[in-house]
Amino acid sequence: MTHVSDLIAEDIEQYLEAHENKSLLRFITCGSVDDGKSTLIGRLLYESKMLFEDQLAQLEADSKKVGTQAGDLDFALLVDGLAAEREQGITIDVAYRFFSTDKRKFIVADTPGHEQYTRNMFTGASTADVAIILIDARKGVLTQTRRHSYLVSLIGIRHVVLAINKLDMVGYSQEIYNRIDVEYRTFASEIGLQNIVTIPMSALKGDNITELSVNTPWYRGETLMEHLENIQVEDAEVKSGVFRMPVQWVNRPNLDFRGYSGIIVGGSVKPGDPIRVLPSGRESRVARIVTGDGDLEQAISGQSITLTLTDEIDISRGDILATTDALPSVADQFEATIVWMSDEPMLPGRPYLMKIGTRTVTVNVSTLKYKVNVNTLEHVAVTKLELNEIGICNLGTDQLIAFDPYKEDRDTGGFIMIDRLTNNTVGAGMLHFALRRSQNIHWQAININKQAHAAIKGQKPFVLWFTGLSGSGKSTIANLVEKKLHSLGKHTYLLDGDNVRHGLNKDLGFTDADRVENIRRIAEVAKLMVDAGQIVLVSFISPFHSERQMARELVEQGEFFEIFIDTPIHVAEERDPKGLYKKMRRGELKNFTGIDSPYEAPENVEIRIDTTVQLPVQAAEQIIIYLTEAGALGRP
Amino acid sequence: MLTHLQRLEAESIHIMREVVAECEHPVMLYSIGKDSAVMLHLAVKAFYPSKLPFPLLHIDTTWKFKEMIEFRDVMAKKLGLNLIVYINPVGIEKGINPFTHGSAIHTDIWKTQGLKQALDEYGFDVAFGGARRDEEKSRAKERIFSIRSAQHRWDPKLQRPELWRLYNARKNKGESIRVFPLSNWTELDIWQYIYLNNIPIVPLYLAKERLVVERDGTLIMVDDDRLPMDRGELPMVKKIRFRTLGCYPLTGAIESEADTLTAIIQEMLLAKTSERQGRLIDHDSAGSMEKKKQEGYF
Repeated sequence: MTHVSDLIAEDIEQYLEAHENKSLLRFITCGSVDDGKSTLIGRLLYESKMLFEDQLAQLEADSKKVGTQAGDLDFALLVDGLAAEREQGITIDVAYRFFSTDKRKFIVADTPGHEQYTRNMFTGASTADVAIILIDARKGVLTQTRRHSYLVSLIGIRHVVLAINKLDMVGYSQEIYNRIDVEYRTFASEIGLQNIVTIPMSALKGDNITELSVNTPWYRGETLMEHLENIQVEDAEVKSGVFRMPVQWVNRPNLDFRGYSGIIVGGSVKPGDPIRVLPSGRESRVARIVTGDGDLEQAISGQSITLTLTDEIDISRGDILATTDALPSVADQFEATIVWMSDEPMLPGRPYLMKIGTRTVTVNVSTLKYKVNVNTLEHVAVTKLELNEIGICNLGTDQLIAFDPYKEDRDTGGFIMIDRLTNNTVGAGMLHFALRRSQNIHWQAININKQAHAAIKGQKPFVLWFTGLSGSGKSTIANLVEKKLHSLGKHTYLLDGDNVRHGLNKDLGFTDADRVENIRRIAEVAKLMVDAGQIVLVSFISPFHSERQMARELVEQGEFFEIFIDTPIHVAEERDPKGLYKKMRRGELKNFTGIDSPYEAPENVEIRIDTTVQLPVQAAEQIIIYLTEAGALGRP
Repeated sequence: MLTHLQRLEAESIHIMREVVAECEHPVMLYSIGKDSAVMLHLAVKAFYPSKLPFPLLHIDTTWKFKEMIEFRDVMAKKLGLNLIVYINPVGIEKGINPFTHGSAIHTDIWKTQGLKQALDEYGFDVAFGGARRDEEKSRAKERIFSIRSAQHRWDPKLQRPELWRLYNARKNKGESIRVFPLSNWTELDIWQYIYLNNIPIVPLYLAKERLVVERDGTLIMVDDDRLPMDRGELPMVKKIRFRTLGCYPLTGAIESEADTLTAIIQEMLLAKTSERQGRLIDHDSAGSMEKKKQEGYF
């Protein structure tokens, strides 16, 4: 690694001292396959002397063998790790490259240029301070350029380098350079991108990369490397701002020490500073700033520390410690932008996990307002978000959370969404603001509560949730169970899928998105009835795990019994009590569960009824016995 | 304004704390090398004044340099660490060694299989490893939280996007996670950090006169009498040191005069070959690291 500095050979200690004080810059390069992105990254690695002889020898050999530059060094080959994968058909995503100069250490997020582009570029950009947007001088500003720029502005990167590349292919024309520069700036200002620096270059020939090129005598600005070394960024991770620290871990080695560990994501802190804990709102003062290197007089954004406070108050992981001067907001309803990253579409109403800072809560999208076409920036009405789509929506969380708008603070306003069944990260989002209604609608404290309702009826309230295919026998069995409960003197109510679709849910159809909303409403109604002390029987196909799980979580533990009416589809079709299968076979019904709309069979349910071996009366009997044994039919 | 090393340090500590806060049975893989030394140093800092909230695990191959084992035991005692040493019983039973079985089988049985067995036996759901993205091409796209199937395989489809500072540490039954807190460090960062913080390292990194043989252009240290000598082969004394440490018959030494930390950093900065070149296992076959990773090697 032949760093140019002579200091290495002459005075290594002085060199090391100088290098201790290097800063760190993270950037992303955006461009399509043919814009010369790989060549540029390869060139930067080469020019910063980060290549060893064995790697260089390999590069020379590969350039001769498979290179595209007639035997000259093909820098793109240095970063082709991803190309190999592409051939194997494996998911391609972000690769990180490293190089450093005497002034700075750099981390480059390298994302491939086509498929999965939105997801990958968004991921790579989330930690970047600067974006380099590459333009092929022969082609000018393309749709893809607009898409990349929109994503850059969306993720909030404040510094853009417009690299007008392949200038050697257009005779280093200043006129072409100027035309592209003007056209780009006009577009960029529309989407709110500022701080744009344009550099004419050829990554392939090395023009204006580390040395000003004789081919562009009309250009008097910095070279790309100089610009990257000198650019002053209010970097993504090290913000000035106001003090914020999400509590990661309560540090409790013994009874005499109770500290709160975390990384400061904004501002600075000193012993004696007043702080507020959110969302609880309790206040205290900082006693000590503890680190493995001893106590600090002050800690700043970007440092991982442990704070102790002057008061013993209840603080746990997920809380935010903030300066009392400028508080984050606390809410449970928001407007947000969501970028969807999963093959399974995002359905409004479906519950997901949301991780924001160090807190994980349940979230669902209450309204999907529109998606943004990333190529034209048009707003398009949709009912769900597919992979790589960007949507603006309202969402609600099951708990109050403290947050700042994303554009003010990435760390307290950015979140990921996690699928509750697969545990995969399926989306990312940015909070805009709290919805007024969440701040103004308060939960009314009611004196006559569930216990009181239940006591006067002399029963324990609960939900019996019947799930199964159309024609499986759900309603028949639920009816029999209700009759038996009624004869036992229980106050019951049967919510039947068909009946509810005539009223409350008559605005809903049978798409996946509507099915989710159908179940969400019914689960909420069931919850209200349980609160009213009622025993509720719900007989709905309810095809998805997620929504059954959501219904279960709406009530308390022990108040939900899931009953899987297990009837194979061919048996259900033979029975066809409502003639629906016949209609479907004639092509008159679409989105039929079990045929062209999925049914996710439950795995861990309280009761499973196999209707191929049990008659409905026997099934009802089995359910009553189960409930009796579980103690559900006793007094409250 | 923080320096690049301060930012890397804060990031690594943040990652370790996330794991401890969200996962049930984490363990730190300790390979005794320079990266492990830095990772351990950071871990002690991350949880101070609490003790390390997880044990260390060393997958021993019985072919490590003697000085590595001595160093390991001294460090464990000095820091009061809960150190688990695991040796694959199959390796012992079959007498697996690099000479009769070749480096590929040797590495697979002792390291890859040994690691899987140890994780299963102790029920660890998360293992910290000291791998860095700059080490090798296939590592450049590795996540910080790398999900492994119940069979410990690395499946590209299971890998999750990592945005901002938000790591998803949730997993399904049977799955485990390998976490790499040093992902964004380079070899130079590691040495600079060791230098700044006076972190103890195995003396094999420093040049000293040692007994070696030369085979196919590689200097192999004669660490004990298990190294078979070819006919007419004579061990010689040379001043050598190691840039990476592993099993002694599989780790090439370099001739060097660098016997201080600053001298080895100087030598590294002026060096003309990359760090992993001394590792014989990377050269087994094309894309071999990629393949090993899928099989469960760190």
